[in-house]
Amino acid sequence: MEDALERLGHEALPIDVGADLIERLRGGAPDVAFIALHGRNGEDGTVQELLEILGIPYTGSAVLACVRCMDKVLAKHMLLEAGLPTPEFFAFSELAFRELGAAEALPAMEERLEFPIVVKPAGQGSALGIKFARTPAEVPSALVNAFSYDDKVLLERHIHGRDLSVSLLEEGGRPQTLPIVEAVPRDEDFFDFEARYEIGRTEYDCPADLPAETTSRAQEIAVAVYELIGCSGFARVDLMLEESSGELFVLEANAVPGLTETSLLPQAAEAAGIEFDALVERIVDLAAARTAV
Amino acid sequence: MKSSAMRDLMAVTARPEVISLAGGLPDTSSFPPETFAAVAQRIARESCAKALQYGPTEGLAGTKDCIVEVMHADGGMKVDPDDMIVTTGGQQVIDLVSKTLIDPGDVIVAEAPTYPGAVPTFSSYEAKVEQIDMDSDGMRIDLLEERLDQLERDGRRPKFIYTIPSFQNPAGVTMSLERRQRLVEVAAERELLVLEDNPYGLLRYEGQPLPPLYALDRGVYVMYLGTFSKILSPGIRLGWVVAPPPVLEKINLGKQAADLCTSTLSQLMVQAYFEEARWRDYVESLTEIYRDRRDTMLDALAEFFPAEAEWTRPAGGLFIWATLPDFIDTTDLLARALRDNVAFVPGEAAYLDGRGRNAMRLNFSASDEESIREGIRRIGKVVREQVALYGTLTGRPASEPARAPVAAPEPAEDAKVVPLRRKAQ
Repeated sequence: MEDALERLGHEALPIDVGADLIERLRGGAPDVAFIALHGRNGEDGTVQELLEILGIPYTGSAVLACVRCMDKVLAKHMLLEAGLPTPEFFAFSELAFRELGAAEALPAMEERLEFPIVVKPAGQGSALGIKFARTPAEVPSALVNAFSYDDKVLLERHIHGRDLSVSLLEEGGRPQTLPIVEAVPRDEDFFDFEARYEIGRTEYDCPADLPAETTSRAQEIAVAVYELIGCSGFARVDLMLEESSGELFVLEANAVPGLTETSLLPQAAEAAGIEFDALVERIVDLAAARTAV
Repeated sequence: MKSSAMRDLMAVTARPEVISLAGGLPDTSSFPPETFAAVAQRIARESCAKALQYGPTEGLAGTKDCIVEVMHADGGMKVDPDDMIVTTGGQQVIDLVSKTLIDPGDVIVAEAPTYPGAVPTFSSYEAKVEQIDMDSDGMRIDLLEERLDQLERDGRRPKFIYTIPSFQNPAGVTMSLERRQRLVEVAAERELLVLEDNPYGLLRYEGQPLPPLYALDRGVYVMYLGTFSKILSPGIRLGWVVAPPPVLEKINLGKQAADLCTSTLSQLMVQAYFEEARWRDYVESLTEIYRDRRDTMLDALAEFFPAEAEWTRPAGGLFIWATLPDFIDTTDLLARALRDNVAFVPGEAAYLDGRGRNAMRLNFSASDEESIREGIRRIGKVVREQVALYGTLTGRPASEPARAPVAAPEPAEDAKVVPLRRKAQ
């Protein structure tokens, strides 16, 4: 990232986010802050909020969209309300189990969602903490471990099918979809979620080999999600294409998607003929333009 | 390759506010600065040009003399300087031996769990690693023999057996004399090479020293990995390998390709240090420090961990291995623990087959006693919360933790099998 910015003729000042963040931002007085953070503080709107206070233009989505995306439960409720497809789910806080006896309701939830069930922390950006429970006996353990990441977790119906990502990049004030990336696991064990994030165990196919109507439907949904959440500049929407029904389901939206040279959005941009440096430049320009208005 | 998410997690463990029980760092703060100064001055005075120059690939003769002395101090091992190569840390030995002996798909044998730092090395040479379970007496040689028989029936022959017999990393257990003798016999009967990794042999806090495998076999099938990292400094990156001549020749070629020679400056530092100071006194002082830290950690574990947890009681070395109830995933637990600014190594890192998910490696050499106690208290609190939550979710409330240390009954023979469950004494 830093290299790309320098190749583009910008003066890049790398800042490792720590206790001296404000001081360093004030000291550096940048024209644009390029947010290249992953995880809690970078994706949940915290850093964005600080940059707003300091009046420094920054790349990507603003505070509200970050907050909405970081909380998967909130995002899913918004999707449902807007009539956008997302897998059925139930969400609970740790307190609900500890103090309200929510465990009593687990069998009813399990019956409704059917096994395998996906258990996820509500606010975790990566695959960490995401578990598959294949039987009722595996649910409590999956919940305990998901609660390691967040006070709120969700149990979600597992969609068996193809794993698709639609990246979006704004052009002329409108989100434009980039070619769809499909994650194809090398191993057959689709329950091994961790494997998706291990180098070499997943291959990416871009543009994904899909029927034209599926591609356009996925892109339509992605644009609708982008606008509903209120993303800016660029974003990524992850979907599942259910094998049995051919239906698409939104798993999550990423207001601050990964931007390393091998991340999904840059892969999609490249398939659209936008090289990495050009992508970085577009993102910087979008950030500068947004605040110029 | 571990997932990037896991790497992100481990990166956080290095933050200054985190009490890290994760690394395998020795305590270098007790090394006398005046000794360091005297060593540096001696080099400047006597061998400045040599220190700044390349050296022979196999190492300097004077450094090898120091190594001969160290090996003699550990179980009276006798070694010919011509049979050894001085390396850039012990880690390079694992790499060079793997490079020399492993072709993709070859089988090697290791302990279960094994040294987490060897896992990426074995993986990068595409070895198929057969991990043999341990109990409180180290690797189960009967299980090893069964596995070797099975491999033979499948027409597969391991390239070598990798073992840390003394104060094993990560398990903290020590192979009994009987098993050491049997392992050496098995190696001879089947003409199998053994790589004995012995970084901690001199860091014994109780009990009688046991002979290294190398001393028992006299270097016929046993290759020996030694290091100055834990008895002097890991910063000087100085280790060594002793191996039979045909293997050693190939290791020499591999080392030439890798880095030509080990740092001459570091080698001269060891020589000067052996002349300036009593190296064994320093090891003795470390032993005193680490013994207290180990005891502090064992006490803290007994006080703060729930009754459902078990852990090993090492007689030396740097690590304790704790096993939690199987519904706890220690990688997830690490994410939670880091929010409380405490870190450990998830057990998964010590296996190549996904086992170890409910275990953790705890280091007691790198933190002072107060930090050890506080770190264990924080981890224990999270584990107890998770045990209680699991009880709520399953409708089976957790049993009350046993506050007082309970004397563990001698486990039945078949209960000693897997995976290193031994209560604190």
